[in-house]
Amino acid sequence: MTTPTTGRSAAAGRAALGFGVLIGIVGLWHLGVRGQWVLVFDIKMGFLPEPAQVARMLWDFAFGGLLGDAFSGTMWRHLWASTGRVVAGFGLAAALAIPLGVLMGRYRLVNAALDPAVNLFRPIPATAWVPLVLLIIGFGSQATVFLITLSAFFPILLNTVGAVREVPPRLLEAAQMLGTSRVNVLLKVVVPAATPGIVSGLRIGLGLAWVILVLGESNGIEWGLGSMITLAREQVRTDRVVVGMIVIGLAGFLSDRILLHGLRGIFRRRPLVRST
Amino acid sequence: MSVSDLSRLTRHTDGGRVLVDDLGKRYGGAAGVDAVAGVSLDIAPGEFVAVVGASGCGKSTLLRILAGFEAPTRGRVEVGGRPVTRPGPDRGVVFQDYGLFPWLTVAENVRFGLRQRGMPRRRAGQIADAFIEVVGLTRFADRFPGELSGGMQQRVAIARVLANDPAVLLMDEPFGALDALTRTQMQHELRRLYREAGTTVVFVTHSIEEAVYLADRVVVMTGGAAKGVPGHITEIFPVQLGDDRDVNAVDFNALEREISQRVHAG
Repeated sequence: MTTPTTGRSAAAGRAALGFGVLIGIVGLWHLGVRGQWVLVFDIKMGFLPEPAQVARMLWDFAFGGLLGDAFSGTMWRHLWASTGRVVAGFGLAAALAIPLGVLMGRYRLVNAALDPAVNLFRPIPATAWVPLVLLIIGFGSQATVFLITLSAFFPILLNTVGAVREVPPRLLEAAQMLGTSRVNVLLKVVVPAATPGIVSGLRIGLGLAWVILVLGESNGIEWGLGSMITLAREQVRTDRVVVGMIVIGLAGFLSDRILLHGLRGIFRRRPLVRST
Repeated sequence: MSVSDLSRLTRHTDGGRVLVDDLGKRYGGAAGVDAVAGVSLDIAPGEFVAVVGASGCGKSTLLRILAGFEAPTRGRVEVGGRPVTRPGPDRGVVFQDYGLFPWLTVAENVRFGLRQRGMPRRRAGQIADAFIEVVGLTRFADRFPGELSGGMQQRVAIARVLANDPAVLLMDEPFGALDALTRTQMQHELRRLYREAGTTVVFVTHSIEEAVYLADRVVVMTGGAAKGVPGHITEIFPVQLGDDRDVNAVDFNALEREISQRVHAG
């Protein structure tokens, strides 16, 4: 255990290190484009836009006023539309997976009933669902939300089941000998004891939601970061593709921070979220 | 504040009689192994009984059956005149590893049982505060278990079961994980609490000194599945050393030695 002051300066040092590596990557990117490097996998760096060009376009995408084309200043509307789908799909996945996972983890009968179905559906990737989804739901927002729900559901479910199974039996005994009812053993002991594991599952699920977003939005959607990237690819605009990638990456990163700090805000000092 | 002052706050249940008759516990069906067999014990209301024995002699199994965590495969167990079928708040259990809820504060842990049994928040809070004071942790009421030392956590665990007003206190090597100094201190405190609370206590321990210091009677168990003989009671020693016991006194040491020989003779 370090003292708060050394802990803080060490954390600042680590942050500087991480930032330095990022700067290094951007520097290499710049040199690679200038020098038309060809890397492993036949990556042709010369086809990439330069970092400065991407930065300029990113600024224009967010705030406008530089390029004055159809993309200028449209980022927030794309981001807003995508965030809505991520929140809906992820929220639905969490609302289904957490209660189901608690029951599967706690009751052998529920587990026996559902485990084969879960294991059968889980390995089917979202990409494999797309053709069927387009046929039975059709292009659009609903299909995207469905794919996100499907993808976020399994990591949340499996983490919840695992966390519930690992609740120390001692805590259940303690609750029982204090006169706790069956329902409250579940609600007041099993659920809080499993919360750190459930939160880990939520974070994985939320990350996947942004991954699947691009897949879902690549068909028949006007507004959304995925549709923006798809359109840019069709127009062979690598600069716009990279800008879209950066925005999605930042959105995924920020949503994870918001989830984590939001939960910390609710739980306060209670040790319910794993320290990272 | 003492525990007897607290009887005005709580209903205050008197100590319960513990009756164990020809108890047996076999693991693994008909061809399995007997952890304990033929254990009979009659503990008077308000009596403090310590159970000592080597590892695996079945003393913890006996306690877990009394708690209702495990069902016996033969024999009869009654606490306060009622057969034990499952865990219940009439039998408060103190575990070696405390078993506190890490996401609840000290105060929330102590009032947990009261709240679960339907007591209004204010009243449960008053009782919890009083028991936290009894174990000397008022300053730490809003801390979480992970922020406390082992001795302090065990005090919280003791306050938690005492607040729940049990007829019998079941303690499974409660001070086994504590350092020697803290252990001695906790023994003193437990004796004080016991005298004031008047509950029946069944106390399982490795330490013969601890047993002689605390108990009215010391039950010696030997055997165990690993020895090929089911765990059973070999002898029961009454401890007639009065209320102020000195672990260095001649009669204390003589009794300790006598029990020790019995434990190791098997």
